[in-house]
Amino acid sequence: MSVKYTDEHEWIRVDGDVATVGITAYAAEQLGDVVFVELPAVGKTVEKGGDAAVVESVKAASEVYAPVSGEVVEVNEALNDAPQTVNEAAEGDGWFFKIRLSDTSQLDGLMDADAYKAFVDSQ
Amino acid sequence: MRYLPHTDQDRADMLARIGVGSIDDLFADIPADKRLKAPLDLPPHCGEMEVARMMRGLAAKNLSAVETPFFAGAGAYRHHVPAMVDHIIQRSEFLTSYTPYQPEITQGTLQYLFEFQTQVANLTAMDVANASMYDGSTGTGEAVLMAHRVTRRNKAVISGGLHPQYRAVVENLSQMADDRLDILPPDPAGSEDIIARIDDETSCVVVQSPSFYGQLIDMKPIAEACHAKGALLVAVFTEVVSLGLIEPPGAQGADIVVGEGQSIGNGLNFGGPYVGLFATRQKYVRQMPGRLCGETVDAEGSRGFVLTLSTREQHIRRDKATSNICTNSGLCCLAFTVHMTLLGEAGITRLARINHAKACRLAERLDAITGVSVINESFFNEFTVRLSEDAAETVERLTERGIVAGVPVSRLEPHNPDLADMLLVAVTETTTDDEMDRLVTALQEVA
Amino acid sequence: MVNSQGRPTQPQAGSENSSGTDRPTFTGNRALQLEEPLIFETGRTDITGVDLAEPDEFASRLGGHGRTAPIDLPALSEPEAMRHYVRLSQKNYAIDMGLYPLGSCTMKHNPRLNEQSARLPGFSDIHPLQPQSTVQGALELIHELGRWLVTITGMQAVAMSPKAGAHGELCGMMAIKAALTARGKTPTKVLVPESAHGTNPATAALLRYSVVDVPARKDGTVGADEVKRLIAEHAGDIAAIMLTNPNTCGLFEPEIAEIAEAVHEAGGFFYCDGANLNAIMGKARPGDLGVDAMHINLHKTFSTPHGGGGPGAGPVVLSGALAPFAPLPFVEKDGNAYRLVETEHDDGGSHPFGRMTAFHGQMGMFVRAYAWMLSHGSDGMKQASEDAVLNANYVRAGLADLMSLPYPDHPSMHEVLFDDSFLKDTGVSTLDFAKAMIDEGYHPMTMYFPLVVHGALLIEPTESESRASLDLFIATMRDLVMAAKGGESERFTGAPHFAPRRRLDETRAARNPILKWAPPAPYEEAAE
Repeated sequence: MSVKYTDEHEWIRVDGDVATVGITAYAAEQLGDVVFVELPAVGKTVEKGGDAAVVESVKAASEVYAPVSGEVVEVNEALNDAPQTVNEAAEGDGWFFKIRLSDTSQLDGLMDADAYKAFVDSQ
Repeated sequence: MRYLPHTDQDRADMLARIGVGSIDDLFADIPADKRLKAPLDLPPHCGEMEVARMMRGLAAKNLSAVETPFFAGAGAYRHHVPAMVDHIIQRSEFLTSYTPYQPEITQGTLQYLFEFQTQVANLTAMDVANASMYDGSTGTGEAVLMAHRVTRRNKAVISGGLHPQYRAVVENLSQMADDRLDILPPDPAGSEDIIARIDDETSCVVVQSPSFYGQLIDMKPIAEACHAKGALLVAVFTEVVSLGLIEPPGAQGADIVVGEGQSIGNGLNFGGPYVGLFATRQKYVRQMPGRLCGETVDAEGSRGFVLTLSTREQHIRRDKATSNICTNSGLCCLAFTVHMTLLGEAGITRLARINHAKACRLAERLDAITGVSVINESFFNEFTVRLSEDAAETVERLTERGIVAGVPVSRLEPHNPDLADMLLVAVTETTTDDEMDRLVTALQEVA
Repeated sequence: MVNSQGRPTQPQAGSENSSGTDRPTFTGNRALQLEEPLIFETGRTDITGVDLAEPDEFASRLGGHGRTAPIDLPALSEPEAMRHYVRLSQKNYAIDMGLYPLGSCTMKHNPRLNEQSARLPGFSDIHPLQPQSTVQGALELIHELGRWLVTITGMQAVAMSPKAGAHGELCGMMAIKAALTARGKTPTKVLVPESAHGTNPATAALLRYSVVDVPARKDGTVGADEVKRLIAEHAGDIAAIMLTNPNTCGLFEPEIAEIAEAVHEAGGFFYCDGANLNAIMGKARPGDLGVDAMHINLHKTFSTPHGGGGPGAGPVVLSGALAPFAPLPFVEKDGNAYRLVETEHDDGGSHPFGRMTAFHGQMGMFVRAYAWMLSHGSDGMKQASEDAVLNANYVRAGLADLMSLPYPDHPSMHEVLFDDSFLKDTGVSTLDFAKAMIDEGYHPMTMYFPLVVHGALLIEPTESESRASLDLFIATMRDLVMAAKGGESERFTGAPHFAPRRRLDETRAARNPILKWAPPAPYEEAAE
């Protein structure tokens, strides 16, 4: 399953009707050492573009937005004890939460890997 | 002007170096029609001797609490502060330092803040304390906002035993933030049924013990009722010395403890600056307002301290910060922590016992006067007496005799005739037998 | 007989070369740099540094509320405590030691007359709720200080009770919200420039306003056109603009009067952050610029000491439109007597929006600030502002050829802003540069603020610095810039080398917060 990207530097990987969401390696590097992650409650309904999580480094705190609408079905509890995983494996073990998609057409507007790379280069 | 180092020649040379003709060239961005043409309508500068004379003149118009039998409390208390405390807080390195944003050259401030946080946490039996709020009243307002953030509910229940001015601060803040409050009527006897007011929408219950009226409150059942409904218990105190003797709020199940720390290390100062103490459970630390100091190591592995969890604060989080607080009560924390270090466990316990013993003795003597009755079942160092006449008038008449008899409840609760005959009387280790004799005699004569 | 006994009176030949600087000492101390443990590691719970006599037997009235567990508070005797705190104090930098160029913080000299005045028993030992007839001098001082503040700023009224700048901001914005409510208006938005202090958006959010960012122009100032455009875009929904003037780039906002007019026309109010009042005393009055509310940091402009982070005091001056909504309490002059109005019961014609704090504000700070004002007078305050602006521009003139000025088109006011482009390709960051200043005996300037320029360095020397002091500072900065450009990166990246601590690990502190002392777990020792 391919990975899509947002212009807020989230990645999303869809498997059936469940999408895994995290922040990109580029975003993690920009933030610096991640020290805390605030995850949404399982069962919470999030809207595309709405606040879903918070990621904090020593010097900055950023919202993580939901790239698509849906219900949060699982969160990465391991980040509570090891937030540095976001720096070490942003697009792997450092995932944030999983959403059950309510509208798969929302995926259409997102970037693919090449488009995201071009987007980052233009920043 | 003794505080300005430049001579006129210096100024001229510096302007030449900058490359402008006159100082006003540097103010050129002020629109011409908005520049002040005439000097401010205020007197010219004064020498140190003259200013000192003016300040002494103003000070002499006030009756100092150390010169007279003095029983006023109600959230500010006359205590003895060891001489060393003032010496330490006047040291240049503490007095004239900024907020410790550069930890390598402010370890002095940071270490005492870490010690302060630990003392406050231990005293209240809570997990973690911050490095201070402005005072107890504003801290209480922050506690209610924090409970809102933690529970995501916006209705706070306020006890009738809360200091009326603290209540007013909470009311103001909540009203402006569009939060709801359920405020119970004044409760001198500590007999209100606050538990009945807790429901599924309650964010927190705010209870003060010793209450504004001096009553000690059993907070355990309130804490249990709060937790059963998913609400927080905010425990407030205005006399921190009481914690030397009474069960700490943390042991009674409080989720946020907030109080006034003035009694330790800080003078009366006509109401400020004081120091707000603020403590909570570990799990809520990221919702806490204010600065936090934490332990870490430096590049060589030596222990050191830094301000931490700053992402909660306004300078990083801006409109998503937990509070807008920036400057707090740094030097008052230092005064608190120096005094507390001198006291220690043995000292604070004994100090509290002396306060309580003296209050018990005075309460007994006042209660024996015809027309005067102590209304509290239990108290620490302050209690409420009911007089046979308007308490404000009694205070005025005793003031003419050079005795400050206490604080009439009507000064803070002016709209309530039921409270007009009530007087708050505070006693501390500074209260002498002679002062008590004079109050008892005077009340016998006027009551 | 010649006596050959006695101590050597010259350093031994060759000792200047024997390297001792890296040699560890047995104690960990380095001569006057003394290591100091925590009181919890040295104190004891069975001693006390305060003599108190145990009271006679008495019947307790605690009613079963007595403490049952120990508190765990160690004590030190007085000589031990004295050493502890004096040693700690020696790990701090302070304005009394040297230049403290923190932009936007106004670290000026703190006269000791002010400290002495605040400690007069007639000020320090009076109770906030003792009868008003016994505190007439205190009420007079508050009233007079308020009059000075109103005169300096050209405003109509003042609320004295706010406890610090951010609290004053909250007070001013509450007065605005109350005035709007009284007009039957409920706008939801507040305009805040990107360059604003973090307290501004935080305050707006506390009052449930949403923040609309106002971008800065290329020259670092806010344009009236942009403000008008945003007002039109959010027509009818703007409660206020929160503007700092002089702004945080150290520039006077040239279009401020036009901006004020536009906001007023739209039914909004103009909140001015007064953190930078030190630049304009006696030169311009916020009241003439259309300001409706402005807090004044007595701990900046009026020199009450910062005390390592407080206490401050943040009185708020108000325009005629907001004056009726000023919070309780306030002081009124009634013939020769002063009256403290504490409750709505006796407020007369005003509509106080509520109460900011218990009691009446930061009296201890009022005394200090009033002594400062009396000392300076009308002429001295104007001179202080002129010298503050002169000093900032002198530093700018001394550094402009080597460092990078993002806004060269306007003169600086009391502080000068540089960005980090002069460090490009040196491998030295703004932070490294600041830490290297520590090794040279200076407190760094404000860094990474304001957010509108990259790697900001904001320098505010204040009027307290002599020309000689500024010359040495400029020379030091020039030497550091040359070193950075000359590739001496180890002077920066490892800095500070000579402070009581090297760079501290903030990531570790935030990932695993240790916020209070806990006794070391005994089993850890056994495990090793």
